[in-house]
Amino acid sequence: MYAQMVKTDADKVKALQEMTPEERAFQERVDRGEKIEPKDWMPEGYRRTLIRQIGQHAHSEIVGQLPEGNWITRAPTLERKAILLAKVQDEAGHGLYLYCAAETLGVTRDELTERLLSGRMKYSSIFNYPTLTWADIGAVGWLVDGAAIMNQVPLQRTSFGPYSRAMIRICKEESFHQRQGFDIMMKLARGTEAQKRMAQDALDRFWYPSLMMFGPSDKDSVHSAQSMSWKIKINTNDELRQKFVDQTVPQAEYLGLTIPDPELTWNEAKGGYDFSQPDWSEFFEVLAGNGPCNADRMEARTRAWEEGAWFRDGLMAHAKKAAARRAAARHAAE
Amino acid sequence: MSSEWPLWEVFIRGQHGLNHRHVGSLHAPDAEMAIKHARDVYTRRNEGVSIWVVPSAAIAASSPSDKGPLFEPANSKVYRHPTFYDIPDDVGHM
Repeated sequence: MYAQMVKTDADKVKALQEMTPEERAFQERVDRGEKIEPKDWMPEGYRRTLIRQIGQHAHSEIVGQLPEGNWITRAPTLERKAILLAKVQDEAGHGLYLYCAAETLGVTRDELTERLLSGRMKYSSIFNYPTLTWADIGAVGWLVDGAAIMNQVPLQRTSFGPYSRAMIRICKEESFHQRQGFDIMMKLARGTEAQKRMAQDALDRFWYPSLMMFGPSDKDSVHSAQSMSWKIKINTNDELRQKFVDQTVPQAEYLGLTIPDPELTWNEAKGGYDFSQPDWSEFFEVLAGNGPCNADRMEARTRAWEEGAWFRDGLMAHAKKAAARRAAARHAAE
Repeated sequence: MSSEWPLWEVFIRGQHGLNHRHVGSLHAPDAEMAIKHARDVYTRRNEGVSIWVVPSAAIAASSPSDKGPLFEPANSKVYRHPTFYDIPDDVGHM
């Protein structure tokens, strides 16, 4: 999940009869499956939670370009390089769709960027892991985009119109991402012994961080309950994680790779796999800024923002001057 | 000095001769750059053959609270739809 542990300001989910008339009318619209649009009345908590969630999602798309961008110049063939470029460009596009959706809630793009750079807003924990080999690019597409799709497909039905529309567009583009990753893994898994080892090593390192993407169990979380009643979260973290494992294990078997979990077994009764939880203390360390690449990622974002300032300002100054010139020419002609 | 690039709404005409359709928005310093950005952000997969960009500030929108008075009158006018009329099968396709 690209948005992890999003807080809602709620200390409990209100029952319909405890709500103000406006809140009740809003909740009933959500319950009926109506889309909420930016100018419609909405509870302040809904607005603030969505800004946090969509913002975090957008930041993840943008920061997510960094681990993959790392391999663009070293892709093994020209075709792989063109594919990776297209994928990373898509991630930029996805970030932009999402920032625009967040902005309809009354926050500016610059505010969102500043909140990321000051550490007040987060991005997904997964992008704080390094991409050490080419096989990692395969694992990222297959596992990380696979996990993201798990979460994004249901979010197409989210109650907030602009978020839902962004998700529909993103999902349409995202399945290429997962397939190109699996394609890389297939090539390596059918290659030399050394290539096969490389693929296994990438799976070993990305398996648990991918499971962490869904966030810790939230079956008792008031924030998740509130988000689910607002339909800005559709499934619990455990449901999505289970679905992801059930989908991915047969794919790993197809590749002839081993999921790095000795406890992994098929559970006939529940119709899914039993599996080990990731190390949640590692997850909280990464969220707190102590993952292997947190400092690098933030430094890259800060540098891009600061070193791009003259360019953003320059284009704006040029646009203003050109508009003034046009106005003067019109004035002279009249 | 830092001033955020203004917001533009983007409309794309697809391959099949339909109307330009709103696809989203983006920030750009001027119309020329807005079209360039729209091409990168919204037409990476052959989605369009023509782009319009409009400053978001130039769009006037109906208010959600006017939904009733604006749109409800059409609800009761079922006779505006072809299915309102029963034409006997003997008449053939109409």
